[in-house]
Amino acid sequence: MGMTLILYGSAFVLLMVSYGKDKNKTKKAVLKAWKSFENIMPQFLGIIFIIGITLAVLRPEVISSILGESSGIFGVLLASVIGAITMMPTFVAFPTADMLLKNGAGYAQVAALVSTLTLVGVVTFALEAKHIGKKAAFLRNFIAFIFSFVVAAMIGMVLGG
Amino acid sequence: MKRVFRRYAFALIAFLSTVLITLFNREIGMKTFIIAEDSLKQMLGVLPPVMLLLGLMDVWVPRETMMKYMGDDSGFVGIAFAILIGSLAAGPMYAAFPFTLVLLRKGVKFSNVIIFMNAWCVTKIPTLIFELTALGYEFTMVRLLMNLPGIILMGYLVERFLPRDERDKLYMDAEKIQQQSG
Repeated sequence: MGMTLILYGSAFVLLMVSYGKDKNKTKKAVLKAWKSFENIMPQFLGIIFIIGITLAVLRPEVISSILGESSGIFGVLLASVIGAITMMPTFVAFPTADMLLKNGAGYAQVAALVSTLTLVGVVTFALEAKHIGKKAAFLRNFIAFIFSFVVAAMIGMVLGG
Repeated sequence: MKRVFRRYAFALIAFLSTVLITLFNREIGMKTFIIAEDSLKQMLGVLPPVMLLLGLMDVWVPRETMMKYMGDDSGFVGIAFAILIGSLAAGPMYAAFPFTLVLLRKGVKFSNVIIFMNAWCVTKIPTLIFELTALGYEFTMVRLLMNLPGIILMGYLVERFLPRDERDKLYMDAEKIQQQSG
């Protein structure tokens, strides 16, 4: 709630300052803002239902039962895949990760999950490709996916076992 | 009308699928609608002002300035700016996408565009606060210490592996969108 207020507040103030300096430029800025917004909408409205379905099906108890400390590298891989295909807002993702740890999931596995959740987006891939191209979007997601294993190994070493 | 329908076909199919799921499994269906509603509310809380700030940045910050601080010869300063802008951001990953077009159009180095996107994903301040409160100091710090050099390295790797002509095309396409919108 606080963040929304800060964002709307600063956008409003800057818009007023801009309007005072140059009406035309400000109109252009608002038009551009609307275009960027409308550009995201068609895919966004589809994506929220896909996120909804995956989260409704994959409950935390189900996930932590397969991501235990003993699940090893296979668990890390599985966690990375789950993190890459699901998408959740960070204020849901981190408490979920905490719940998974408390339910017996391993540190390395949860680190892999958190890392791909934040960095890799399979559902948003088409939208990303629309902006930076298919090849660059693939490379960014793929490299981030691999990187998540490094993060998992490190967290597992420092915090696990 | 037909164009609008085509653009929103995916959203419509996703919505109808959820309705269909609800008919078979009321619990999962209703839960899906609640989560979708939450995501929509979350989006409305951040996306409109973030897009307005993007629009203002687009018209007020000249290309020369962006190129000087984040362009091909910007070196360490460019990296620092990419991480700083990404970290000060708000909103989910997809909110970063429209920014990439503006950055490309303003001549920002490609690795810096990717560093910005990844910073938006992991070193964003609101994200760090959520992580700190939910997962604790040690988990967050180890991850941040890995992520900071990680996102820089990933930016350079993406730039390195992306074919040159593909990269040039992205900059040209971003330019074209600029002309269309006037």
